[in-house]
Amino acid sequence: MKFAVIRFPGSNCDQDCTAALSGLTGVSAEFVWHKQKSLAGFDAIVLPGGFSYGDYLRCGAIARFSPIMTAVLEEAAAGKLVIGVCNGFQILCEAGLLPGALVRNRSLRFVCGIATTRVETDDSPFTLRMPRGTLLRLPVAHGEGCFFADKALLRDLNEHRQVLLRYADASGAVSATANPNGSAENIAGICNRGRNVFGLMPHPDRACEARLGSSDGARIFRSMVQAIEGQHARAA
Amino acid sequence: MKLKVIVTPKAAVLDPQGAAVRDAMQHLGMPEVRSVRIGKYLEIELDGDEPGMESRLHRICRDLLSNPVIEDYELKTMSEGGA
Repeated sequence: MKFAVIRFPGSNCDQDCTAALSGLTGVSAEFVWHKQKSLAGFDAIVLPGGFSYGDYLRCGAIARFSPIMTAVLEEAAAGKLVIGVCNGFQILCEAGLLPGALVRNRSLRFVCGIATTRVETDDSPFTLRMPRGTLLRLPVAHGEGCFFADKALLRDLNEHRQVLLRYADASGAVSATANPNGSAENIAGICNRGRNVFGLMPHPDRACEARLGSSDGARIFRSMVQAIEGQHARAA
Repeated sequence: MKLKVIVTPKAAVLDPQGAAVRDAMQHLGMPEVRSVRIGKYLEIELDGDEPGMESRLHRICRDLLSNPVIEDYELKTMSEGGA
């Protein structure tokens, strides 16, 4: 099973992502330069964190026009799994693959630390075997991670169970104090209506080994692997 | 041809930078300041003035220069030599 890790100029978590994925049984990960135009032969696509194009204009605003993004849009439309972490989430929103936008943290501070997130549903290829209420401890590191959506969009996201992760406290309660960046309704990660595109501000790629402080991030990648195996089995 | 584009956060979007600047202005002896919103200002020079240029510019304002989810934009033509 082969994951593509897209490298934009300014990506800086591409190594973290490949290291995390390569640690999983039966998985290999390959870098794909953003100037390339095809993602044929890959089972899943990762948009890593970083500061693509220096975050000029808006985070992700320029990266969304990189040549590879045409292929990302096509593969996403065909149902392939796409995960965007941090800057990758910002790029997915700018590209219109995910609704809403990520704006400056309410505190105006860059947040850097471990956040507890609560899984809202196991009905997604990214949260298999993680029943609602499962807590994942994941690192956050961003200045523009405040998820914005207007009331109509929030209603829509809730109605279609597209919110996969919310910031919560250690007991699993979603509260203002557990919200590191001021995100609407403590939203940490959402998927698209088709449930095959997932964006999140926390870094599962930096939490894949106990010695890094948490291995909860690996559960998200293992879920993707399991979902892809299921797709292959159905196709066979 | 010279243009200016002003991008501002939509009213529904919190602008913590603007709020911080408003507080600083009030602190510096201007309690009259009710609100500050911070946006972006772009000056653009381009060659040619073909028909259809304006609609192309508006499209790129929506696609690249602003994010319609969180921002509004205003596109203005500046006369040569003037502001």
